Amino acid sequence: MAHQGEPAKLRWGELEEDDGEDLDFLLPPRQVIGPDENGIKKVIEYKFDDDGNKVKITTTTRTRKLANARLSKRAVERRSWPKFGDAVHEDVGSRLTMVSTEEILLERPKPLGSKTEEPKTAGDPLAQFQKGAVLMVCRTCGKKGDHWTSRCPYKDLAPPSEGFVDKPAASDGAAAAAGATKGAYVPPGMRAGAERTTGSDMRRRNDENSVRVTNLSEDTREPDLLELFRPFGPVSRVYVAIDQKTGMSRGFGFVNFVSREDAQRAINKLNGYGYDNLILRVEWATPRAN
Amino acid sequence: MRPILMKGHERPLTFLKYNRDGDLLFSCAKDHNPTVWFADNGERLGTYRGHNGAVWCCDVSKDSGRLITGSADQTAMLWNVQTGQQLFTFNFDSPARSVDFAVGDKLAVITTDPFMELPSAIHVKRIAKDPSEQTGESVLLIKGPQGRINRAIWGPLNRTIISAGEDAIIRVWDSETGKLLKESDKESGHKKTVTSLAKSADGSHFLTGSLDKSARLWDTRTLTLIKTYVTERPVNAVAMSPLLDHVVLGGGQDASAVTTTDHRAGKFEAKFYDKILQEEIGGVKGHFGPINALAFNPDGKSFSSGGEDGYVRLHHFDPDYFNIKI
Repeated sequence: MAHQGEPAKLRWGELEEDDGEDLDFLLPPRQVIGPDENGIKKVIEYKFDDDGNKVKITTTTRTRKLANARLSKRAVERRSWPKFGDAVHEDVGSRLTMVSTEEILLERPKPLGSKTEEPKTAGDPLAQFQKGAVLMVCRTCGKKGDHWTSRCPYKDLAPPSEGFVDKPAASDGAAAAAGATKGAYVPPGMRAGAERTTGSDMRRRNDENSVRVTNLSEDTREPDLLELFRPFGPVSRVYVAIDQKTGMSRGFGFVNFVSREDAQRAINKLNGYGYDNLILRVEWATPRAN
Repeated sequence: MRPILMKGHERPLTFLKYNRDGDLLFSCAKDHNPTVWFADNGERLGTYRGHNGAVWCCDVSKDSGRLITGSADQTAMLWNVQTGQQLFTFNFDSPARSVDFAVGDKLAVITTDPFMELPSAIHVKRIAKDPSEQTGESVLLIKGPQGRINRAIWGPLNRTIISAGEDAIIRVWDSETGKLLKESDKESGHKKTVTSLAKSADGSHFLTGSLDKSARLWDTRTLTLIKTYVTERPVNAVAMSPLLDHVVLGGGQDASAVTTTDHRAGKFEAKFYDKILQEEIGGVKGHFGPINALAFNPDGKSFSSGGEDGYVRLHHFDPDYFNIKI
């Protein structure tokens, strides 16, 4: 009580001793004014700042009522019901109720409008696109809205796209070896003069006349592909890549033909062919880089 | 939206129910303690202790005073919602599967499973205002349908009882005489077990979910098929939005297959469909097991789902949900 008379003459030693709340009784009491009819409330507080000076803090707040918060009287009553059953002795750390750390969205199944377009396109593809013809772009000549790639009248004039070019495996490998710069490492099997019977033979067996089909719809299965490609000639293998986890198609597959001519014809015919509302891309399966 | 996760149950959820004001959420699970939560922040209010088996279903009276639960311990119990006190126990000779209060809360319909050569049955009990006068006598006992009856609810003005179950047929019974009034025909009806049944807010139509991977919307009075919602997973739970023309289907692959496959293959999302156009609006992911229970808040602004994983997930919709266009 002796301090109260001369709060300004505190010695620093004493300050150190009882820092924190103990000094608060030296301050004038907290004042609350309002809230008035506009919901404005004033709170006047005093405290010591870091240097021990007395500071007056005036906080003005306005409380606004939310218009939509409608709760029945009984629901409000229930809010204050005491807990019962297991909820009485709930551990503070048990954390039965948590807010998800993950933001969950209502995921749309498909981009807007795609579903409604389906039946129309199936009915009359050309008529559908004549109006908003931007979607139909020929990949051979680049003309918009005139024809599909496979029906391009300039197909023969245009330089063949890389998908059409046949790259024989052997000449490719030789070219790579020859073109390699001096310092670059060339594996022994690829060096000029090396026997590479085994390597190319193995590859030949797996990849010969193999055609890669991409942009398949998810529903396409191997029998569907077989049905699609069999008219071009005897097929030795059909494979559709399946995601092992979901069991869904990954959207690409391979078809091996017995004869190379049949494969080439299938590529010419089916590249750019509309299948299940998707435009197929059919090309020679390029061997893997390794 | 950021759902609120409520982990009060140690076993798979079986049923969820909001009270009429939408401020309380009741959850039933295969552990023995039905639980009540505050529906806005997910805080646990209490548990109802006394059952000795999985609790399959519950219903709350209109004034939120009484709770009725049906359990595999061959009883249905009446509870004081506020205190968790047991008021009365209805004893049966087989597990109680579904319970539903009639309009006015004076009657309750309870279904029991086929068990030890007993056929399944629908019991109607009178609910006394004063719990001390409560008796266990049945007002009406309906037997007949083969297999389990998964759900029985009251029709308009308590005149009918609508039941559906393992035999995939939906039946409408006279609630006074117990006579069979209508049956869904095999052609338009479900092909496999009906797992869930939910009434619309006005009771004019109801939705059934089935293991045949579809949900169907029926007219309550005429029992005519109105809509069919086709999905790619068995449907365990259905709910209808009281606010928008949306229906929600929950389900997923069989619980026994969950651990053997990737969670993406399980299809554990709650799927939203447009009630009228029958088209999918979207999916809400989150559960790690099939969804067993779904409930819409009566204000239509939040919904909750309960899964085989033991979690209740309480979703408050984002504002953009209310103006989704197809």
